[in-house]
Amino acid sequence: MSIPGSWYLILSALLFGIGALGLLIRRNVLIMFMCLELMLNAANLSFVTFSRMLGDIAGQSAVFFVLVVAAAEVVVGLGIVVAIFRRRATAVADDISGMRD
Amino acid sequence: MTGLFIASVARTIPDTTVFVAGALMILAGGIGVIACKNPVHSALSMVLTLFGVAVEFIEQQAEFLAAVQIIVYAGAIVVLFLFVIMFLGVDQNDDVHDEPLVAQRPLAVLLVIIAVISIIALGIEAGWAVGPHHVTGKTFGPYQNVGEVGRSVFTTYLFAFEATAALLIIAVVGAVVLARRSGAATSDAVLPSLAPTGAPQDEEVTS
Repeated sequence: MSIPGSWYLILSALLFGIGALGLLIRRNVLIMFMCLELMLNAANLSFVTFSRMLGDIAGQSAVFFVLVVAAAEVVVGLGIVVAIFRRRATAVADDISGMRD
Repeated sequence: MTGLFIASVARTIPDTTVFVAGALMILAGGIGVIACKNPVHSALSMVLTLFGVAVEFIEQQAEFLAAVQIIVYAGAIVVLFLFVIMFLGVDQNDDVHDEPLVAQRPLAVLLVIIAVISIIALGIEAGWAVGPHHVTGKTFGPYQNVGEVGRSVFTTYLFAFEATAALLIIAVVGAVVLARRSGAATSDAVLPSLAPTGAPQDEEVTS
């Protein structure tokens, strides 16, 4: 493994930036969710990289738990999206402003 | 001396190739997720990103996590996304140019660029880590990767693992509660709002 860990960390930072950018500029709730997954994956990549650099398996265990939490989050989040869609027939975040108006 | 250098460079070529391929998959997929107008295309771009992350996991000797990444993310989560996209029928084009907040998108780009530069600068400042950068051979304990992860999860992090079980049960129950139609009165009141999206009118029969 001769690739420096910093390369992976820079890649992870870039992926996190792409996810954050998508979360900020997209309107579709489903795509915002996907960007959230991208950010979680960036965090996972840094966990694994630090795990290798420090020779500690704990980072990989953390990724395991992050995967479980991400799965639970997607299930609940998509349930909320379906429930909102059933009431409002929209999946655009700007249209769901009933509590502000 | 030069020969030694060339030999060491030649030894890194396979690793570098794998890393660059995975990085290109990750970045292309990520840009695809936020650039595609159709949510289905975004979901498929996300598959590309997830495969790229799995490649980087394998490159870093995390074989178990690479397999789980493919099975759980690409196999389950993306299918769930696609299912909801198809189910809701929101795969028409999203109006990207509608901008309710003034200059939100340029500000978002600026802030993200600042944030990424800050993260990288922080990493450079910290020397990226406190450990060695070039670890070769076996890095963890006497077992294979799966055994090491399993030993860690079932001993050191046993409590977190048990909490995970509770979390999954709660998530399943919550999803059922959210997705269930609460009585016939609600579904009658909701049906007119679904009509413009082309939902089938005979939904009363199925519900």
